[in-house]
Amino acid sequence: MKLTNRLALQPNSLLQPFKGSVTTLIIGAGQAGLAMSRCLTQRAIDHVVLERGKVANSWRTERWDSLRLLTPNWKNSLPGYRYQGDKPNDFMTTPEFVQFIQNYAETISAPVHDGVTVTAVDAIENGYRVTTNVGQWQCRSLVVASGAFNIPNVPSVSKAIPTSIETLTTHQYLNPTQLEEGGVLIVGGSATGLQLAEEIQRSGREVTLSVGEHVRMPRCYRGRDIFCWMDDTGISREHYTSFDDVNRVRKLPSPQLVGTPEHSTLDLNKLRASGVNIVGRFCGLNNSGSNTSGLNKCEAQFSGALNNICKMADLKMNRLLDTIDTWIEDKAITTGIDQPERFEPTIVDKSPTLSVDLASGKIKTVIWATGYRPDYSWLNLPVLNRKGLFNHDGGVVNAPGLYTIGLPFMRTRQSSFIGGVSDDAYYLSDHLTSYLDASFKPSFNATS
Amino acid sequence: MNSYTKVVDNGVNVDALLGAREQLTDAPQAAQFTWRATCEWVKGTHSRSEIEGYFGLGEEQKHKTSFCFDADHPEIFASEDHGITPVEYVLVGLASCLTAGIASVAQNRNIQLHSVKATLEGNMDIQGILGIDSDVRNGFDGIKVVYDIKADATQDEIDGIVAQSQKRSAVYDIITNPSNITVETK
Repeated sequence: MKLTNRLALQPNSLLQPFKGSVTTLIIGAGQAGLAMSRCLTQRAIDHVVLERGKVANSWRTERWDSLRLLTPNWKNSLPGYRYQGDKPNDFMTTPEFVQFIQNYAETISAPVHDGVTVTAVDAIENGYRVTTNVGQWQCRSLVVASGAFNIPNVPSVSKAIPTSIETLTTHQYLNPTQLEEGGVLIVGGSATGLQLAEEIQRSGREVTLSVGEHVRMPRCYRGRDIFCWMDDTGISREHYTSFDDVNRVRKLPSPQLVGTPEHSTLDLNKLRASGVNIVGRFCGLNNSGSNTSGLNKCEAQFSGALNNICKMADLKMNRLLDTIDTWIEDKAITTGIDQPERFEPTIVDKSPTLSVDLASGKIKTVIWATGYRPDYSWLNLPVLNRKGLFNHDGGVVNAPGLYTIGLPFMRTRQSSFIGGVSDDAYYLSDHLTSYLDASFKPSFNATS
Repeated sequence: MNSYTKVVDNGVNVDALLGAREQLTDAPQAAQFTWRATCEWVKGTHSRSEIEGYFGLGEEQKHKTSFCFDADHPEIFASEDHGITPVEYVLVGLASCLTAGIASVAQNRNIQLHSVKATLEGNMDIQGILGIDSDVRNGFDGIKVVYDIKADATQDEIDGIVAQSQKRSAVYDIITNPSNITVETK
């Protein structure tokens, strides 16, 4: 009876080919999974890396055409690997970055299994069983490096938008030519929302940009890239334990930056000057009533809190610049840098638009740049909080031998930046090694 | 923040608020509150609202006493002016909510307040409520709040407190974002 019950709980276990037993299994071969792989190799821990597509899959398939990294090349070092080109201050395009990651995987001889999609992870005695489309693995410890940007967040009211309007997520958007002529409503004030607003407005389509809480940041300050200062002052490495409310900062949208050959700053003032209509946070649709043409109204409504949202972003940016200025003063640096400056406060219309009738024909496309969430639908472990995110302490998940890496603010402010993953990989691979030593020493060679 | 210890007292028990926040994070069902008011027509445009009980922390709660509020319209509206107008109650609600927030945020940020004064203006084109022009909305075109704050803080710190207070204000949210309202009869 007991045996039958056990088999009933594990319907796939007898049907799936067994692929192997490894000490550690890493899910995802992006920068985070590969950095971890390199650290485990250095510590002689046998492991495999499972990748649903090819190395850097989401960079190959889920990014728009014009995207460049937000971090300059010098900042993109990974464990045992650094940028070797002759343009350390420039920003890689997506294909260049895919090549960079591909080269990294080859350089470190990462044991990547391509085209393997994980469909289930279950706890077993002394470890985990990982079920995939090609078979099952067993491992003693597991590193989830499948990324934080798996599923675009789309407000549920999206379904109520008239079918005459095309709705896209940022995973589907490639470039302006795929959009119908006419107005475009972009929802989201992160780097993505602003970058799309700029290029779509430039394509001749009238853009309305809906922004909620956002992070304003100049590309360069006092003659250097903002990441130089964030690194020098230690802000990049601010530890997750030093924040009053780490869950709040983990939800912050990406800073409003763009990586261009001109190193230009992208902010709401620049977009406004180019004709973009900046409106408050998207807060819903009102389908009641009809418009002047007798059609059912479908009013997109925007928050009236835009003034405060922009004021907060300006204040926070100025605090960052104050921190940098104070650091420069303390270090008595006087040469090779420019004078301090403060940027123009964000200009907000006297009466920002509070609603737009989507049924009027003026808006042809809505693009949701409203962030992402990770997909853990395959994870059969009680380790997620009520928001569907890992309960973790700096990447150490609340289950034996289970780790995650590559999430925003996971251990430091720069955890989700390419180069920021290195320190996290060093720390977590040490932690993982200690875990294995403590848990499996007496019977290290025994199979579970 | 300053590294030396300042004794700051704005009369807000921040420790209790932070403690409640922590407890309610673990017990989100206790965070479900229902606020209530009853209102009875007196005569003309004069009505009287009463507030006493509310629901929260999983059970019925009561204010220390019940509170009564008369609302009416001024004589230029051919009314008898037994109380402030309903839209003025909205200004009262916004001002008191933001001001409570300012005191709390200042306490949490260890900033001593000396005085906090707010002046509010809500502009309204009454062609809307009179039905003269259907393109004119009934409510305020916008609300302007000006704070005059004396505190042991820089202007940026004061601006930061006022900004944070707006971010966490219920009434500010109710006014700036749409809410569904159902009105029934029985």
